[in-house]
Amino acid sequence: MRASLPKIKTPYLLLFPGFAFLFIFFILPIINLAQTSTQTPIAGGDTGQNEQTFAFSNYINAFIENREQFGRSFVYATLATIFALAIAYPLAYAIAFKSGKFKNILLVLVVAPFFTSFLLRTIAWKQILGEEGFVVPTLRNLNLMGQSTTITSTSVAVVAGMTYNFLPFMTLPLYASLERIDPRTIEASGDLYANAITTFRRVTLPLSLPGVVAGTLLTFIPAAGDYVNAAILGSPNTKMIGNVIESRYFKIVDYPTAAALSFTLMAAILILVTLYIRRAGTEELV
Amino acid sequence: MSTPLKTAFIPTIPIKARFSRWFGRNLLRIYMIFGFTYLFIPVAYTFVFSFNDSGKSNLIWKGFTLDNWQNPCGAPQICNALGNSIKIGLLATIFSTILGTLIAFAIGRYHFRGRSSSNLLIFLPMATPEIVLGASLLSLFLVFKINPGFWPTVIAHVVFCISFVVVTVKARIASLDPRLEQAAMDLYANEVETFRRVTLPLVAPGIAGAALLAFSLSFDDFIITNFNSGTLITFPKFVYVAAARGIPAQANVIGSGMFFLALALVIAVQIVNRKKIR
Repeated sequence: MRASLPKIKTPYLLLFPGFAFLFIFFILPIINLAQTSTQTPIAGGDTGQNEQTFAFSNYINAFIENREQFGRSFVYATLATIFALAIAYPLAYAIAFKSGKFKNILLVLVVAPFFTSFLLRTIAWKQILGEEGFVVPTLRNLNLMGQSTTITSTSVAVVAGMTYNFLPFMTLPLYASLERIDPRTIEASGDLYANAITTFRRVTLPLSLPGVVAGTLLTFIPAAGDYVNAAILGSPNTKMIGNVIESRYFKIVDYPTAAALSFTLMAAILILVTLYIRRAGTEELV
Repeated sequence: MSTPLKTAFIPTIPIKARFSRWFGRNLLRIYMIFGFTYLFIPVAYTFVFSFNDSGKSNLIWKGFTLDNWQNPCGAPQICNALGNSIKIGLLATIFSTILGTLIAFAIGRYHFRGRSSSNLLIFLPMATPEIVLGASLLSLFLVFKINPGFWPTVIAHVVFCISFVVVTVKARIASLDPRLEQAAMDLYANEVETFRRVTLPLVAPGIAGAALLAFSLSFDDFIITNFNSGTLITFPKFVYVAAARGIPAQANVIGSGMFFLALALVIAVQIVNRKKIR
């Protein structure tokens, strides 16, 4: 073997450029965010000018003021994750086991909607399900829906929008873990007189668990911080924590509160994710 | 291969099992059709309304026209926005693919001190909501008096694309048969040759997939871009801003165009690959 450098250095050399980049543009900003979160506005200063006063009360105030939006974010994100899992699992299963030579094409089709901007698709849903679309008037004519009931501007629309938008993030990891299952293990289960349901419960599902964990995380995390679905499909009554952070930054220019809210959101997600991974027992996640 | 065997067995299988097999086979296929219909309803809607003779606001069907397709840049700023998105997407893809692939090789190939904390550092950006990533980067740029704009957006996109590149390429490296490299070594290839002639070609599809993923994530990103782009307009930003007063049909043209372009590209790659295998 001919190596110009002692072998042990190689991985560190490979890591260096990427990690240096992540340190400067990911770790430093997070530290900076933590600092901003305990600042208070300078008395008599311009909007957006703050000084460090270690005001940890920012966190308490921000949380109390926005606990409703926090709660909503986690409820919506959880619901969207559950619905996405319920829709994506059979889909991923069908692609992995029932699609034959069309497998690759179907897989591409799962990702393909990405290329029509997700904003355009969300707005398309708004128009399809809106007052001027064809769904609402039809349902009203059939008396399946009250004359004054709407679909858009409700929490149902927001959760549905999130479920739709994050579906590919759920389907792909599910597919990846289902595809890896040796079909012989499923055949073996049948040979041992397990019926389809038992086989699924005792063989397929446990083997696909890493995909379930990865998919739920890839859906839950962005969903909890999302504000686009709530902004387009929702109403002021469906505001999520992302909407609050966004308006604190851009409309109210209250950086400390925005930072405190961001930090709380991140911490809450990290704690939930850690508990979830522990519980699911898959350390081989990333 | 196994089909004749299976058909030979079917008569001996009890009716209940046959039914559940039929169920398993066809219910899932029917479900798949519904699933894909659901995924593609808004795409189809976007496509249909790209032919709408709508004027400014593309809300109600007013008649068929090809004008929007003949003049996709007709709406003010739209092609400028598209150009920015493509430029940012390409740059972010190049940087994140290079940095991410190097990290993937380090983590996928070597056992070293700090490997599990490296894994954690890669996982963290994925576990951080986009809004926190975008907001924290903006704060940093403001501290250093860097104005939001083109390069801050590229940097922000590289940050969130790297992790996805690492995960994708690492999965490919993990699935390699180590015996192939051993065989190359046995045939007197040195480390560099083995890497260049065996390892890299085998990992290449993973890298290509990662690059495609990075581009599509970057191209479609709105939240992080909104925080770090300042006055620069990207395509998703254009759509979001336009949504308040009605989106021009040209946006539907560009959305549908990108969709068909990407689909054509992927199918072309598939056909080339299939020919190569033969």
